[in-house]
Amino acid sequence: MKEYSVINTRVPRVDGRAKATGKARYADDLSMPDMLYGALLQSPVAHARIRKIDTSKAKKLPGVKDVVTAQEAGAVKFGVSPARYDETIFCIDKARYVGDEIAAVAAVDLETALEAAALIEVEYEELPVVLDPFEAIREGAPVIHEDYPNNIGAEVHQEFGDVEEALKTCDLVRTDKFVNKKQDGAFLEPQACLAFYDPGRGLTLYSSTQAPHYVQRTLAMVLGLPIGKVRVAQPCVGGGFGPKASANTLELATSLMAIRTGRPVKMAFTREQVFWHSRARHQFFHELTTGVKKDGTLVALKNTCYLDGGAYSSFGIATVYYAGSLLGAPYRLPNMKYDGYRVYTNKPANGAQRGHGGVAARAAWEQQLDIIAADLGMDPIEFRLKNIMQRGDITCNDFNMSSLGMKECLEAVRRGSGWEKKRGKLPRGKGIGVACGFFVSGAGFPIYRSETFHSTAMIKLSEDGGTVNLYTPAAEIGQGSDTVLTQIAAEALGVRYGDVKVSSGDTDFGVDLGAYSSRQTLMSGHAVKQAAEEARHQVLEVLSEQLNIPVEEMDVKDGLVLFKREGVDFSALRTRYIKEHRGWTDPPSGKHFTFVEAARAAYLARGTIVGTGAYKPGELGGKYKGAAVGTSPAYGCSAQVVEVTVDMETGQVTVDKMTDAHDCGFAINRTNVEGQMQGSLSMGLGEALFEEVKFDGKGRVANPTLGEYRIPTCLDMPNVETIIIESNEPNGPFGAKEVGEGAIMPTIPAILNAVYDATGVRINELPVTSERVFDRLKEEKERRKEV
Amino acid sequence: MKKLITLIVNKKAFEVAVEPNRTLAQVLREDLGFLGTKVGCGIGDCGACTVVVDGRPVNSCLVLAVQANGSEITTIEGISEGAELHPVQEAFVEYGAIQCGFCTSGMILSAKTLLDRNSNPSEPEIRAALSGNLCRCTGYQKIVEAVHAAAGMMKK
Repeated sequence: MKEYSVINTRVPRVDGRAKATGKARYADDLSMPDMLYGALLQSPVAHARIRKIDTSKAKKLPGVKDVVTAQEAGAVKFGVSPARYDETIFCIDKARYVGDEIAAVAAVDLETALEAAALIEVEYEELPVVLDPFEAIREGAPVIHEDYPNNIGAEVHQEFGDVEEALKTCDLVRTDKFVNKKQDGAFLEPQACLAFYDPGRGLTLYSSTQAPHYVQRTLAMVLGLPIGKVRVAQPCVGGGFGPKASANTLELATSLMAIRTGRPVKMAFTREQVFWHSRARHQFFHELTTGVKKDGTLVALKNTCYLDGGAYSSFGIATVYYAGSLLGAPYRLPNMKYDGYRVYTNKPANGAQRGHGGVAARAAWEQQLDIIAADLGMDPIEFRLKNIMQRGDITCNDFNMSSLGMKECLEAVRRGSGWEKKRGKLPRGKGIGVACGFFVSGAGFPIYRSETFHSTAMIKLSEDGGTVNLYTPAAEIGQGSDTVLTQIAAEALGVRYGDVKVSSGDTDFGVDLGAYSSRQTLMSGHAVKQAAEEARHQVLEVLSEQLNIPVEEMDVKDGLVLFKREGVDFSALRTRYIKEHRGWTDPPSGKHFTFVEAARAAYLARGTIVGTGAYKPGELGGKYKGAAVGTSPAYGCSAQVVEVTVDMETGQVTVDKMTDAHDCGFAINRTNVEGQMQGSLSMGLGEALFEEVKFDGKGRVANPTLGEYRIPTCLDMPNVETIIIESNEPNGPFGAKEVGEGAIMPTIPAILNAVYDATGVRINELPVTSERVFDRLKEEKERRKEV
Repeated sequence: MKKLITLIVNKKAFEVAVEPNRTLAQVLREDLGFLGTKVGCGIGDCGACTVVVDGRPVNSCLVLAVQANGSEITTIEGISEGAELHPVQEAFVEYGAIQCGFCTSGMILSAKTLLDRNSNPSEPEIRAALSGNLCRCTGYQKIVEAVHAAAGMMKK
């Protein structure tokens, strides 16, 4: 393997120091002279016709500078997928969930803004509320969007092979149902943004977003601005995990009021508003039928899924596809049928969250596979290995496994967990379980139909030669893309990590679709690598002219230019450099020509040296309807073994140990890869054991706090043995592919399978609370008595 | 009606006139500019706003500024100077204990307070001390490792 200097290491994050010292600035930390503070008025009822909005009292309150409703904001629809734009900045005729935005206020301080929002009088005519997706699709149910009279906002029907025929050939067929609960992203930073407007330069919005590019497009479209006059930039972003990946009313209303008042406006969600806005993981109701041969060969899968969508589409069209398309793989499965329905209800809209669309499906299926393995008398790892795909395999829905270290992952967790010593040998109340996972490494297509590049990058060498400026529009949300892209730039250019200065997350730097679908290391990484190589090539071309050496006979490494031949005389260039930098503290010395000198020489010969890069995936498989959701230039995969203790009296589940292996293709930053794995497992553990957004009968979130919506604390998370598998992805920069989302996939089913191993009961509904386990244990006891 | 109070923040005394309903977090952030103190929930659930008041880590969103009158307060800005980092900060950077960074200020201050009391904490002690600080990014493992490492660095 090639020796690398900067990548595949554990260099610390580029933003670590700023974050450790409190100097990092997030959206709510920003302020500007003359800034106004915004506040929203949101619907207190889940479904109502809006009869009248009276803002006169609010407008009269001293200190109020703007009050906007649909009347001022207009009726331009937006959303995530252009096929389902179903939102407006503010409600026009109807409010569709508790939290639907009615109006916004900008005032001289937050207290005044909040007071004014409370003075807005709205006359609601309450409509019947529908909260359950199965009630929503019944004849005569309240209609939430007039265009969708049965409340089904999106449906998918796909079949690959012939599932009914294939099931007839199976020796064992079983059907199971599974349901998860609506999640919250629970990122630590509530959404916030600051907008200001200059009639000449246009609108600037600083926002805690995962996708500046999509926000820029939405602002231009909805506010009627030329896109060239809209700039969206990220300050530090305090986590996202999906819900921050689309434009929202907070951003649009703040921008609107900044334009109208001519003053900077800042607005932020409270934690409660984060829960109302949601756009996090859907609730999925899966029914899976899987058929196998006696020898354990997987033959067919029939998957039906109903998704509780909430009041708007958000990412839901993609979600309903992913809930089908991400199954099958990583196993060889010739026949697969999927029917998916995303149903509108009067609840906050659900969207994308880590492992988009696939997490509940994966949990359901990996648990079912465990049951099937047991019915066949096979070890669950052996059963999986028997069906595993390898590099070069193509799934029945046309996903190309250009690399796939699935077998290596499974073998690694079997070894790492001591599986063979433990499986079947643990006392009652102790259990061990396994599961696999699979995910895209970037969506193959943008959300809107376009031939756009998915990522661009620019590298500008400073004119003095000493600094590599990397400008990437990619979105750093905490996952570490700034660090990984800096490493890629440094490695591709041949300079040291510290020589690169990264600026990111700004639409002024170009196009990058953002931090979602685990795409940036692969896609933005490609663009950055190309930009670096181009800058490097320009420098070497100048050197080639000036030293009369072919470009191929030079290399750049660790900030030094290496000549393949002996005795190259660069003294003239060095002397010139030293002369024009008289009095500087860092004159180049030693026997090697430095890249700093070379970059300076290139500038003197050609002017500013700029390298650019742009990436979009090549031709991807799948010509069927919906193939755009799931096809990806590469796929990540993982395996996990979890050990649990279950209190047989109370049903309390404790996760004792997790052993996780993930194939990320090639680890650009080993510490970051482990961090993504551990963070994913933590989110998966939370979803498995306690997370659930609850509603009262009127559609109000019953637990909109981080105290009552419980995410794991450090007392809940065990230490994880993280094993990095590197399969060297041919479509990835330096062989790299995803880790950020795929890593969550095996966690929930591995926990479920371990709980079964400990207790002998299967849990088909999340979260696995003590109460749920206790009830199942009791049921099982009674069933046995009857037998 | 505003009340005049004195807060000793990072060893420097600040006299501020505050409304009695303003929290310590608000006054630190908005009046005094200590923006390293983060507010993730405003009701004491998440721990992002943790600062050290008279030697104890507290959620500054749950303390009224007037209650802290005369207290010695340490924020994230106060535990190191210039280029030199506090060992806990250094370990957090080095061990990958930071991702989005929003919990980091509070997490580091909770860890530092622990190490000031107990120079050689066990893993359960570290986990107990950090259990009031939520982190959604890291799964806590690298944070715990960093606190261990910082304890080692502080002994040297």
